[in-house]
Amino acid sequence: MSLWHALFGKLGYDALPFYSAIATGAASMVVIGALVTVAGLTWFGAWGTLWREWLTSVDHKRIGIMYVVIALVMLSRALIEGCLMRAQQAVAYDQKGFLTPDHFSQLFSTHGTIMIFFMAMPFLIGVINFVMPLQIGARDVSFPVLNSVSLALTAAGAALLMVSLCLGKFSTGGWSGYPPYTEIAYSPGVGVDYWIWALSLSSIGTTMTGLNFAVTIYKKRAPGLTLMRMPLFVWAALCTAILMVFAMPPLTVATSLLALDRYAGAHFFTNGGGGNMMNYVNLFWLFGHPEVYILILPAFGVFSEVFSTFSAKALYGYTSLVIAVMAIAVLSFTVWLHHFFTMGQGADVNSAFGIATMLIGIPTGVKIYDWIATMYRGRVRFSVPLLYALAFLILFAVGGLSGILLANPGVDYQVHNTVFLVAHFHNVIIPGVLFGMLAAYHYWFPKAFGFRLDERWGRISCALWTAGFLLAFMPLYVLGAMGLPRRTVSYTEAAYHPWTLIAAGGAALLFAALASLIIQLVVSIRHRAALAVPAGDPWDGRNLEWSVAAPPPEYNFATLPHVDGIDAFARRKSAHDAYPAPPAYEDIEIPRPSALGPAIGIAGVAAGFGLTWHIWWMAGLGLLLAIGAVIARSFVRETIEVIDAATVAAEDRAWRALLASEPAVDRDAECASANRGLALPEAV
Amino acid sequence: MTASATRRHPGLNLDHGDEAAQLQTEELMFGFWIFLMSDLVLFALLFATFGTLRHALAGGPGPQTLFELGSAAKETALLLASSFTFGLATLSMKHEHATGAVLGWMGLTLLLGAGFLGLEVHDFVSMTDKGGGIDRSAFTAATFALVGTHGLHVTFGSLWIVVMMIQVGLIGHRRDDSPTHAAGRRKLVDRVHNRMLRLALFWHFLDIVWIGIFSFVYLGGLAR
Repeated sequence: MSLWHALFGKLGYDALPFYSAIATGAASMVVIGALVTVAGLTWFGAWGTLWREWLTSVDHKRIGIMYVVIALVMLSRALIEGCLMRAQQAVAYDQKGFLTPDHFSQLFSTHGTIMIFFMAMPFLIGVINFVMPLQIGARDVSFPVLNSVSLALTAAGAALLMVSLCLGKFSTGGWSGYPPYTEIAYSPGVGVDYWIWALSLSSIGTTMTGLNFAVTIYKKRAPGLTLMRMPLFVWAALCTAILMVFAMPPLTVATSLLALDRYAGAHFFTNGGGGNMMNYVNLFWLFGHPEVYILILPAFGVFSEVFSTFSAKALYGYTSLVIAVMAIAVLSFTVWLHHFFTMGQGADVNSAFGIATMLIGIPTGVKIYDWIATMYRGRVRFSVPLLYALAFLILFAVGGLSGILLANPGVDYQVHNTVFLVAHFHNVIIPGVLFGMLAAYHYWFPKAFGFRLDERWGRISCALWTAGFLLAFMPLYVLGAMGLPRRTVSYTEAAYHPWTLIAAGGAALLFAALASLIIQLVVSIRHRAALAVPAGDPWDGRNLEWSVAAPPPEYNFATLPHVDGIDAFARRKSAHDAYPAPPAYEDIEIPRPSALGPAIGIAGVAAGFGLTWHIWWMAGLGLLLAIGAVIARSFVRETIEVIDAATVAAEDRAWRALLASEPAVDRDAECASANRGLALPEAV
Repeated sequence: MTASATRRHPGLNLDHGDEAAQLQTEELMFGFWIFLMSDLVLFALLFATFGTLRHALAGGPGPQTLFELGSAAKETALLLASSFTFGLATLSMKHEHATGAVLGWMGLTLLLGAGFLGLEVHDFVSMTDKGGGIDRSAFTAATFALVGTHGLHVTFGSLWIVVMMIQVGLIGHRRDDSPTHAAGRRKLVDRVHNRMLRLALFWHFLDIVWIGIFSFVYLGGLAR
């Protein structure tokens, strides 16, 4: 074994991305982006702040914000990849187009992997992280340092994906990485290994997140906040957390066994040696289907908050919504087989899973009607979050109906593996998950940063997302029914061409939607003084997160609130006792910042990169660093710092003075600069 | 019984009025139970994988050739004994025996665990020597994955025991040992207790998983 191989494993000059202009361009963008970030941080002297206030922070609000930042960065990359694929299909009628088949395959693999694991997951985990402890009247999650470690593991996975743009080629096996294609015999490169380790890192992080959220919701609720008084978003977060605890291990097992096949020559999923690839498919979808509901339930929670707040009404059918969300969580474990109806298990098994799949439509339908009824006779304001919610309501119903079609094994045999399926899952994931998360972003942004987002650009963006989605994905239903297989790099069928052209136009609109989101952020930051809502309640909110300043103090609540019913803050407002002054203040213990998270993150990247490229010393070093960091952390004696009562009292009184000086505005002025975050309660 | 008395954990001696420490313990222990549940799902899937692949020999050697009942029986005995000695470590912590006693039982547990791991390595080497390495067939792969994952858990558990022996040695395990810095010290001792309780759960959990492995992999494989 040569010295080079010992030091650098399989890494060589041929790993550099010069195989196509697009790959070179993408890699340059990553490198330039990284350099600009580093230069910017150095120029503004922000390294110390970044380290002390953010990277080592264990505050659930900051961790939540960092998750969302990861999600938005990864969204940008994966959306551009989607646009490239749509452009390729638009021009590849009877010719090769501008992407090689291999590059095209990399694109659909990274697009899917990123959108699921590094866009949707961090986005929803970030939102839950920020909102849930505030809604249950807690000062933090149960295990703040573990929370930071989870973030670091997700970030490490995302970092591996970004590195894969610059060094080596990514997997061409799709986001689900089916063997035997992803076995070493057919995918000898490092791509599948990048995929395995990026997923493994993030799935371990997500398991820990689920554990953390579940314990937090069970154990840290404010006095009086019984389960059936919890905001629906908290219910959704609880179900999501439970799903994470039970559904992430199958993914860990699937990727680990695939890794054993690739690294140790085992025969779990190979063609020969007694391997059985159906085991992989079962394991993967045992994770994959609950994962669908991990994605959608938090969005359901967000929409429940949005419909209720922007209709100035309590949720219609609260109990039925709770039962529905729980029913969905349980049923989600009973339908995984519908992802492979065509793989030979026979009609009886298929029909059982087909029926189970259709059953999920029932609780989902209950929810849709409950949301509509919530708006009925409400004081409805068409603010940006509600616009997303309305778009969701209609488009998600369409996506759900195409899902019911696919749940019928007979129909599935006709359209499986066509772009009909692509249309279906984008139809539930974009209006469902993405719109849900964007609604959450607009709804809670003022809480996180103390100013609202620009309303006009928000409307433009919402219109672009909706129109772009419709144009990009409705044609795929038609194309799928015509028989266009998914993941097709080029075709010779003339009838496809008009539809792929329309879809490409939709993709362009989606790119414009992303751009308008960025413009909105810039515009809002520049006008932050006019958009400021320091009093903390810009939307006449109904739950406890709106009862504190914006942004909230590090300890969230100066004194822990008492809850005596559903919609705790709305009750206080209607009783004209919105901000009861506490009789006394106490010292507050908060966890100290910890370097454990960043250490594990660095260790994770080193271990993942080392394993991918067979650089064994680096992988070993990463593993040792991770274990050593955990052990070292267990010897840290001072893990808590105390904010004394006088400081808490001073900060709280300053905010109360601000409350007294701000004008209370009614809902007509919600989007005007007069709205400083003090709501005049609606007469109900 | 008062509310706080009913919340008392085995192995922990908290004052009756020490509500904060008890709530914290509750949260930690509950979180660890959830972790164990998640870990159990992982083992369940490895068992299921083994179940589907146990006859997939691909012409290679089967359990009759590869497994040694004697070795597996010794492993079982060692691991069960180690669970017993760890139980004694927990009890001597609860009854505030001398630090040496706690450390002694933990040390014995560690030795038994190391003996188990040694035998397991011997098993793996002998399987490979007999032509049943991990890369031979789906059956050997599934065996190595399931038994190896358990072994990896025992390895991490042993490392954890070492760390805890150091912490018990440095910090002690009795709340009332030192009158100086009493409050801060008590917090540290509480932390040691909490960690010992979680380690105990982990160690006993591995026992239960091993009983599954012994029954299904070894006895199931060798039964005619």
